[in-house]
Amino acid sequence: MTDTSTAETPKLETDPYEKRWMFISVVILIVFMATVTVAGFALGFQVPGDESRVDPRTVADSPPWSEPGIRDLGNGEYAAYVISRQYLFQPREITVPEGSTVTFYVTSVDVQHGFKLQDTNVNMQIVPGEVSKLTVEFDEPGEHLYICNEFCGIGHAAMFGSVIVEATTGGN
Amino acid sequence: MLTQQTDFQISKKDRQFVGAHLLVAISALTVGSLYGPLQAFEWSGLDLYGLLEPIGLGDYYKGLTIHGVLNALVWTTFFITGFLTLVMIMGLKRPLRYPKLNRVGFWTMVVGLVMAAIPILAGAASVLYTFYPPLEASWAFYLGLTLVVVGSWIEGFGFYLTMAEWRKDNPDSRSPFIVLAALITMVMWQFATLGIAVEILTMLLPASLGIIDGTDPQLGRTFFWFTGHPLVYFWLLPAYLSWYGMLPKQAGGKLFSDSLARLAFWLFLLLSIPVGFHHQFVDPGIPVGWKYIHSLLTYGVAFPSMLTLFTVVASLEYAARKRGGTGLLGWIRALPWGNPVVSAQLLAGILFMFGGIGGITNASYNVNLVIHNTAWIPGHFHLTVASAVTLSFFGIAYWLIPFVTQKPLWKSKWATIANWTWFVGMLIFSNAMHVLGLLGAPRRTELGKAPYVPEEWSGHLFRMSFGGAILLVGVTLFVLIAARTAFQRQTLGEGESIEFPIAESLRDPQLTPIWLDRFKPWLIGTIVLIVVAYGPQLIEQIGNAAYNAPPFSP
Repeated sequence: MTDTSTAETPKLETDPYEKRWMFISVVILIVFMATVTVAGFALGFQVPGDESRVDPRTVADSPPWSEPGIRDLGNGEYAAYVISRQYLFQPREITVPEGSTVTFYVTSVDVQHGFKLQDTNVNMQIVPGEVSKLTVEFDEPGEHLYICNEFCGIGHAAMFGSVIVEATTGGN
Repeated sequence: MLTQQTDFQISKKDRQFVGAHLLVAISALTVGSLYGPLQAFEWSGLDLYGLLEPIGLGDYYKGLTIHGVLNALVWTTFFITGFLTLVMIMGLKRPLRYPKLNRVGFWTMVVGLVMAAIPILAGAASVLYTFYPPLEASWAFYLGLTLVVVGSWIEGFGFYLTMAEWRKDNPDSRSPFIVLAALITMVMWQFATLGIAVEILTMLLPASLGIIDGTDPQLGRTFFWFTGHPLVYFWLLPAYLSWYGMLPKQAGGKLFSDSLARLAFWLFLLLSIPVGFHHQFVDPGIPVGWKYIHSLLTYGVAFPSMLTLFTVVASLEYAARKRGGTGLLGWIRALPWGNPVVSAQLLAGILFMFGGIGGITNASYNVNLVIHNTAWIPGHFHLTVASAVTLSFFGIAYWLIPFVTQKPLWKSKWATIANWTWFVGMLIFSNAMHVLGLLGAPRRTELGKAPYVPEEWSGHLFRMSFGGAILLVGVTLFVLIAARTAFQRQTLGEGESIEFPIAESLRDPQLTPIWLDRFKPWLIGTIVLIVVAYGPQLIEQIGNAAYNAPPFSP
């Protein structure tokens, strides 16, 4: 492993253009890093984290999962407990008023699934034994489908549900 | 002794050995590629699977498994091991130290391939090429894949022993760049595949044999993606080897910087592995802090690709100006576009620029929420593994098949057409896939049967399947050219020979710093970085493991 050519020990030489390119590359990458850092940790665009573990064989038998669906926590805040199983989501439909903030807790009782709520930033891998959690605000009335986007078996393409955001009557 | 080496001629047996790798690789590509257009057509409403039903191959997800396993795993692994074998022999100008060892490696891979293929064809392994637990395949599928990996390892050991002998004879010389690149590729692969080895041996194989009742799917994902991301660099680095170490010569120039080429490869060894969580940004069982750290490291691994962009383009510009090219960008026209070996790699590089930009999007932590598991992802990796890698391998094959068979390339013009067909088809296909992903279309879904597809997607779905049809024409042309070249009667004429391309460096490689030619510091750095980036989470996840998800055979 020793260098026997002691007469000359060559150093790394780089072309001036190459140096400039390396500098630009590093700057670009640092700007990208800063952007996702600010968006994630200051503006709250966050990915799912380490929520909690469950036993996929029994999770559907005990609360809160034994009654999947929406819970009104007051002040426009809601919790939605969703079970994914081959080949449907329980519940199939969730209704909330416009302006509500909904935290989704999703788990699986069989294989891996996906939970992508269209036109929002909610997109989660659903893994048996784990709870996936993300929060979203619904500012406008309308319908958002949630679809399974991980292969889960032969009926995978038919697996979806929907969130209906109702216009608040008499409000602004 | 040096004078002896310059007269080196590769033996016929060794040429045939490399050729055997190519035969398996291209056969796999041929079968695997047929499913691509079927999937594309199904999405746009034209379901042709009924045609394959009589022979038991009409299942969408079985087909998707075949497409992924054959094209992404078999075509690549066999082509790469064959190509790198030739690089070792011709780069060091000596035969393999233990040729029998390498033959054992190759046949282990072939046995593994057959063993995995049987359950796939029988429908007992329709688990796609990620085989996420608790989806369960036949034990033969897992054992077969393990043997393919073990075989590639054995071939790698054969390379190391050959290198060790060369080093003994040449203690003061810089190793040839292409040989160093081949070795780094193999070392990286051996580190990387540890993850999947642990997943298969401790979880998937015992579960499929009924030794354990369940698996821990989250832990399985973590093991899988330890391997899954560096896997893409295992595909990519041999293409980079050619772009740095051969393409400049093929284009009529020299490698711009030997030092920077080596530095890029070392950085890939260092940074390919500790980035796997960027495939798991939306996984539930991993803390956000660790996902964030892997995101930052992933930006790090973008750096050597940006170095590559500079060095390869600079080498090409040097070649083009030597050929009389002028102007700020006008020199591009002076490149030898008529040579299919060159045009394949140039077009591959252009597609890879789009792929690289998309890759940075994927790696960008929270931005990933928009595109995870959407059609964007296959759109992305068709620009990387199916373009940067596959189209480069087309270009390599156009001289490699003639080299190993000693027969001229059959219809060089058609090869040029094949390259452009692939390029145009992929531009259309991948653009449509990216757009569909942004609109929310899920990947790996039999979309023609999905009740939720909005009208808004249909134009893009049609465009995507149109691109898929063009790609089918492209790959058919390639396979035809490869087969006609290899199996024609005509051999090279008297005095004709196929040159093994090695690009000289503008600067004498002996002036490259010694630390860019020694494994030890880089191996230590690689191990340290893996331990830091993966250690705490592996301890945590293994400590909390619960093997309680019962298996399901789709």
